[in-house]
Amino acid sequence: MRTIAPLLTVWAALLALLGLTVGASLVLTGTPSLIASLAIAGLKAALVVWVFMQLRREGGLMRVMALGAVFWLLILLGYLVLDYATR
Amino acid sequence: MSEATAEVSYLEHGHSLKSWLLTTDHKRIAILYFLSITLFFFVGGAAAALIRIDLLTPEADLMSNEGYNRAFTLHGVIMVWFFLIPSIPNTFGNFLVPLMIGARDLAFPRLNLLSWYIYMVGGLFTIAVLVLGGVDTGWTFYTPLSSMFANGNVILAATAIFVVGFSSILTGLNFIVTVHRLRCPGMTWGRLPLFVWSIYATSLILVLATPVLSITLVLIAAERLFGIGVFNPALGGDPLLYQHLFWFYSHPAVYIMILPALGVISELVATAARKPVFGYRFVAGSSIAIAILGFLVWGHHMFVAGQSMYASAVFSFLSLAVAVPSGIKVYNWTATLYKGHIALDPPFLFAMSFIGLFVVGGMTGLILAMLAVDVHVHDTYFVVAHFHYIMVGGTVSAYFGALHYWWPKMMGRMLPLVWGRLSAIFIFLGFNLTFFPQFILGYLGMPRRYHVYPAEFQTLHVLSSAGASVLGLAYLLPFTYLLYSLRHGGKAPPNPWGATGLEWTVPSPPPQHNFHELPTVDGPPYQYPVEVDGEREAAHG
Repeated sequence: MRTIAPLLTVWAALLALLGLTVGASLVLTGTPSLIASLAIAGLKAALVVWVFMQLRREGGLMRVMALGAVFWLLILLGYLVLDYATR
Repeated sequence: MSEATAEVSYLEHGHSLKSWLLTTDHKRIAILYFLSITLFFFVGGAAAALIRIDLLTPEADLMSNEGYNRAFTLHGVIMVWFFLIPSIPNTFGNFLVPLMIGARDLAFPRLNLLSWYIYMVGGLFTIAVLVLGGVDTGWTFYTPLSSMFANGNVILAATAIFVVGFSSILTGLNFIVTVHRLRCPGMTWGRLPLFVWSIYATSLILVLATPVLSITLVLIAAERLFGIGVFNPALGGDPLLYQHLFWFYSHPAVYIMILPALGVISELVATAARKPVFGYRFVAGSSIAIAILGFLVWGHHMFVAGQSMYASAVFSFLSLAVAVPSGIKVYNWTATLYKGHIALDPPFLFAMSFIGLFVVGGMTGLILAMLAVDVHVHDTYFVVAHFHYIMVGGTVSAYFGALHYWWPKMMGRMLPLVWGRLSAIFIFLGFNLTFFPQFILGYLGMPRRYHVYPAEFQTLHVLSSAGASVLGLAYLLPFTYLLYSLRHGGKAPPNPWGATGLEWTVPSPPPQHNFHELPTVDGPPYQYPVEVDGEREAAHG
């Protein structure tokens, strides 16, 4: 039971953040809307990685590996943005 | 050794169909892969034969436009995803990685079998595409053609590739964990055979790049089925976004195809020269460098697609940088051969053939990486010739080299050396006759994916088709004498080539659990020369 409680809490938090995303999209427009939704999405991903994917229980090596995956994603997004920003 | 030879080999351990289809033995799964990718190699080859026959005449008398589009798409899809990507990792990697690092199996044997079943499901989807009339988008599935306009079985083909991607990911994961966790005592990272290094580098790409392709294919399906605008400008999407995502996978996928081949050649060259590999650390490190750099160059496929000039300049520079680790490998192999006691066995001839063709493919890659020249030769036969020199001249030569080198280990039978040498020579000649004219065709302006062409190109096309028929027959040759050797070949000793490496210390074919007792490694790799007490001479008669 003790292991389920944090999972349920995070699930509730994810739903709350989803609500926040919907709310922000109704209230904000343009760049602030984009920044808000990306920030909320980042927070949601962090919660999933930390709790559901159990990174909080892992040692340094695993955390570095996870950061490596984020770095890989940044390569994709970075060079993609390079094209879009200079086109 | 006598105790070990008394053990039942993996081939003898159960003869029923069930013992094969439910096996978790990495060696048997390697054989399952070998049989299935051989089947797909011939299906993809049949499509290539249709293409080359169609191109014999400028009017393209054999196929309709639609039929031609479907033939080259099928050729590409099958050869890339169902032959080249799984070829060396899933057969020789599966068979050899545990043997080479002194392990009894891969880290996840059942996952390994699951990976083969997933591959087969993807394969069945592809066969279904073929039976239902094919798909006409080219293997690249460019949008908005694939997502809005193509009338073939796009969704089914995308599903096949989506499914087979999971097989790649699971195999890559299995190799990474195996190399990290199951090395025998004394097998440090600095003592790993170079083939294992290259499989490790390949696995990193498989795990990091394949998910991007899967997501991209799902996005195509979303746009095609539900009209969600991702890539189609009419729906607010961006077609160039598709190319960014596709090539973020597919350029590294080129390195998935060539890196294992580079590892094979390092083994073949060291054995042929009977010398330690020159600059082991650099050859190992260059595999990792190629894997990393491979992720930074995808934009060179989009130089004329509307990408910004600034981005193109960066991608051009990074693409040229790939020549450095590739060059390290070629120079180090050459230095390894220098003053070596070279034996002209079939694996060595395939390795030599590989090095020559890989250099031509690599150098023409540099030509294509240059912005201004690429504008002239983009989407021409120059590009077709370039990537066939790498993928067919390179990877397929290495695949056949590996097949001849490890065949005695896998099957326990010697192969006829004379026939092996002949097939290496015929494959080399047939390959060059097929693809060298395509460099000239492309430079003169023959676009790829067209089957009607000006009459002045016919001579070069006929030469290319003639080469393709030599190449096709030369590929059939090994399958004939290898099958013959299964029944009539002499029994293979544990180390017929006089090579180093743990796989040569066990009987041929290896016992079910590889090692009677787990070995301990106490020295660097490639400690040549190896004393095998005249075993090599006895084995080869």
